[in-house]
Amino acid sequence: MPSQIVSLDVNGERREFIAAPGATLLACLRESLGLTAAKRGCAQGACGTCTVLVDGRPEAACLVAVETVAGSAIRTLEGVATGGDLDEVQSAFIDCFATQCGFCTPGMIMVAEALLDRDPDPSEADVIEAISGNVCRCTGYRPIVIAILEAARRRRERAVTR
Amino acid sequence: MAKLRGRGYASVNYPTGMNLGGDPSQALIHATTTGTFVVSLSSVDLGQGIKTIAAQCAAETLGLPIENVLVDTADTDTGPHCMGTFASRGTHRVGNAVIMAAAEARGVMLEVAAEELEVDAADLETDGTGYIAVKGARDKRVHITDLALAAHFKHGRTISGRGIYLKEPSTPVPETGEMDPDSCQAHACTVAVVEVDDETGVVEVLELFNTYEVGRALNPAMATQQVEGGAWMGVSHALFETTEPYYPARDHGPRDFAGYLMPGPADLPVQHSLLLERPADNGPYGAKGIGEMTANAPIPAIANAIFDACGVRLTAMPFTPERVLRGLDALRTEEPC
Repeated sequence: MPSQIVSLDVNGERREFIAAPGATLLACLRESLGLTAAKRGCAQGACGTCTVLVDGRPEAACLVAVETVAGSAIRTLEGVATGGDLDEVQSAFIDCFATQCGFCTPGMIMVAEALLDRDPDPSEADVIEAISGNVCRCTGYRPIVIAILEAARRRRERAVTR
Repeated sequence: MAKLRGRGYASVNYPTGMNLGGDPSQALIHATTTGTFVVSLSSVDLGQGIKTIAAQCAAETLGLPIENVLVDTADTDTGPHCMGTFASRGTHRVGNAVIMAAAEARGVMLEVAAEELEVDAADLETDGTGYIAVKGARDKRVHITDLALAAHFKHGRTISGRGIYLKEPSTPVPETGEMDPDSCQAHACTVAVVEVDDETGVVEVLELFNTYEVGRALNPAMATQQVEGGAWMGVSHALFETTEPYYPARDHGPRDFAGYLMPGPADLPVQHSLLLERPADNGPYGAKGIGEMTANAPIPAIANAIFDACGVRLTAMPFTPERVLRGLDALRTEEPC
């Protein structure tokens, strides 16, 4: 099977690149497009740090063959901030001390974005379930759960004042 | 069949730095033309926060805002020596080296300011906002940006400093065993509250009370995060993690995150953490190291809580349902009803 040209909508921008057969979405984002926020952790879908949104759904990019999502809208951590302005999830992660080494952070933020997109007022149990596929070895998870709940609160507040 | 609740505690004394010392770390500091103080280190920040601590120590000693400090840990080939970020030594060793370097740089900064303001250096003070001013005459002052420019282009001075911290190596006296094993020790106590299901053997940690005597918490938020993240790792060691679970042969052990059992975000005890501060004489602003010890006390505290809950005394980690149930069976055999 020859390499093929794959087209994706990445963070609102149409991107085309040549992908080898079976290349993962993660490898294409990192190596072809230079978007290195999504990390390669376990490379078997168990740690969650490669999470990106595919048409709004959180997916482990290390398990997705890129040709199977050709034409899809991909959102990565690079597309979350607006210019230099961090969004509610990012700023809540900073304010709530929800990072230490930072390796899990890109995946944690993307599953949080997906959660808040579909449920602006999640319960603590909802947040725990949303991040249950993401491994963190530093924080003990608690600050991450608190940060996502805080981000939800800020986003609801902003929606009211707008 | 019931869920049995129990409470246990354990304490830990933990030495800061390499046992018996002999582990130096260096810091170099210099001002750029615009008054940013670059702290060069070979100490690696892997999330524990040494860059923040180094910046705080430098800013405090220089008497300048933390925004004026840039910590560069880029390259261990070209940077000054650091023994490494291990042995709970970073804050203590590197912090002390940074303070020494910043104190020397501050001395030069005040000398140049004295020339610039035509006063005696001993009459100058910093106010923490970026100005160096004459004591009692606050209008007579110079901003660090202007001062650094003047130092470079007018006075031909380098505002810089060198620092190193070495706990001198100690060897035990053969006859008596006498030695000076560590620079200081941090202390902690953890109380664990657990629930043991005597039907399934599952242990759940409900609450942890962590008390840490840390010398001085240079950054209380980061210290608390270390205490609670470390306690989580302790819970993980106590109840979940092992590379040799139940199987006779090593070949069946876990090799990756898919097979290696760890607690997830739903397995979180409620944590209450308290920092006590009794500054250490030789610590940077009194701080001791609390890196590794944070995973220690929770494990025996949980073992003691299990004993309190159901009478099973476990001595091998992790405290799996199988081990708890075997322990309960043994108790029943000892005391037939």
